[in-house]
Amino acid sequence: MKSSETVLKCHKIIGGRGEGEALVSHESICFYLTDPKTGVVREKGHELAGKNLAGKVLVFPSGKASSVVQIDGLFKLASHNVAPKAMIVKDVETVLVVSAFMVKVPLVDRLERDPFEAIQTGDFVKVDAEKGTVTIKRQ
Amino acid sequence: MHLTKDEERILKGEYGEGTQKAMELLVAIGDAYDAEKMIPVSRAHAASSGQEGDLYFVELLANGGARCKVPTSTNPVYDIEYFHNLFDFIPKDEAEVARRVMEAYKRVGATLSWSCVPYLAENIPLYGETVAFSESSATPYVNSVIGARTNREAAQSALAAGVVGKTPKYGLLVKENRKGTHLVKVQTALKDEFDYTLLGYYVGKQIGYGTPVFTGVTRQPSTEELINFCAMSNVSGAISMFYIPGFTVEAQTVKEAFQGDAPQDKITVTSRELKRACEELQTTSGKIDFVMLGCPHYTLKQVKEVARLLEGKKIHDGVSFWVCTSATTKMLAERTGYVDIIERAGGHVVVDTCIDEPCWIAYKNKVGMTDSPKCAYYRRFKDVIVSRLQDCIEAAIKGK
Repeated sequence: MKSSETVLKCHKIIGGRGEGEALVSHESICFYLTDPKTGVVREKGHELAGKNLAGKVLVFPSGKASSVVQIDGLFKLASHNVAPKAMIVKDVETVLVVSAFMVKVPLVDRLERDPFEAIQTGDFVKVDAEKGTVTIKRQ
Repeated sequence: MHLTKDEERILKGEYGEGTQKAMELLVAIGDAYDAEKMIPVSRAHAASSGQEGDLYFVELLANGGARCKVPTSTNPVYDIEYFHNLFDFIPKDEAEVARRVMEAYKRVGATLSWSCVPYLAENIPLYGETVAFSESSATPYVNSVIGARTNREAAQSALAAGVVGKTPKYGLLVKENRKGTHLVKVQTALKDEFDYTLLGYYVGKQIGYGTPVFTGVTRQPSTEELINFCAMSNVSGAISMFYIPGFTVEAQTVKEAFQGDAPQDKITVTSRELKRACEELQTTSGKIDFVMLGCPHYTLKQVKEVARLLEGKKIHDGVSFWVCTSATTKMLAERTGYVDIIERAGGHVVVDTCIDEPCWIAYKNKVGMTDSPKCAYYRRFKDVIVSRLQDCIEAAIKGK
């Protein structure tokens, strides 16, 4: 089996390191609309509906919904140990920064390539926010 | 982001762990937006909610010895004792979270307003002030109606700014970012508070993130109309600022609101859009179990209107009737005699409480009626009919 490895630069927002299987969403995410005990997306009609965020490196455009529900949503996932391991976003906003800060999940943006072109669901991705790198391994 | 020597010291923890944590969050936000520096804020409003995430952060700061440096007001949670005596079945763990949240905000030195409209009484910014106001109606009201400057804060970033007394300079704190994005042509008469609620719902949904500039508004909107517009447009969408040139303070003309640029998009609102928005909000009709008013918290004028409509009447036996407001407003309403009239009719005026709290668990499987789509949006209740205040009062008396 052939595998390739790509290293891309990124911009650190919340520090730390996290790795896991990539889960890519082209739609914005509201963490309140996930099952807090399992990490399964419950939002009807969402492209990730039925998929599990737990332990993944989540690639998505941005957050959505009111600050209270968004923050509480990610906080509940983290307290059940089913939060994503790292988050790669395109457009950051204040509420998402606060959410990631609260649960200490690394959050990066400004990948040197479009993250939706560079990363596919199933790739193995390492996010090192401290070094400002994202390593993508495709099997 | 450039930090001054003093800001560096805060970040290193020389002013205590709580303030350090607040600073860490502000620096992360500043880095996310490439802010060049931090600037002072004169006041803050933390959208406390009594939920677990809220508890974690406020206790982190309070236990670390942090104290608010500038006036920092708080959002409603709920009056635990009052509801406990009334219903006796708020889940114990939820009540404990709420109790700890309220106690931690006290320790951190916040102004315990427990109000979602603090900009009317307890914590009022002036034109041009830089502030950090979270809460859906508060952010757009403060930016647009008052002309102070705030970003769309979360409870935690607002509290952090209140503790440090500063915030990163980015977003709506910078004049260029305050320009209009969408031109909204209103081609119908906006008659009352409920029309502004529907307008907010429709415009927020159409635009998502953006700064609408309105034409076709023919009279000065009232405080309550503006509050309703702000609350709804920042729930169905993320509207942190808007202009009604001639009536809101910051731009006198449409051109000035767009800072010379062309609108990204144009929207027209006629009576048809408002009617459709109202239809979209309904999930049921018929018999009701409760009426819930005061989301956002009712002003004194609104409490007075409820009293006027209820004077000499009796609320139906099968209907519980609630008006949520701030402690400040209730005190005035008591003095003025409005509370007495409402209670004689069989209603309750309750303070410090939001409609999205576990204290309302008694109505989980019940059908309610409200003038606030926000109340329906949280889905704490089985079904909610959304209509004008007059209709809500009529239904409360008839039971349907």
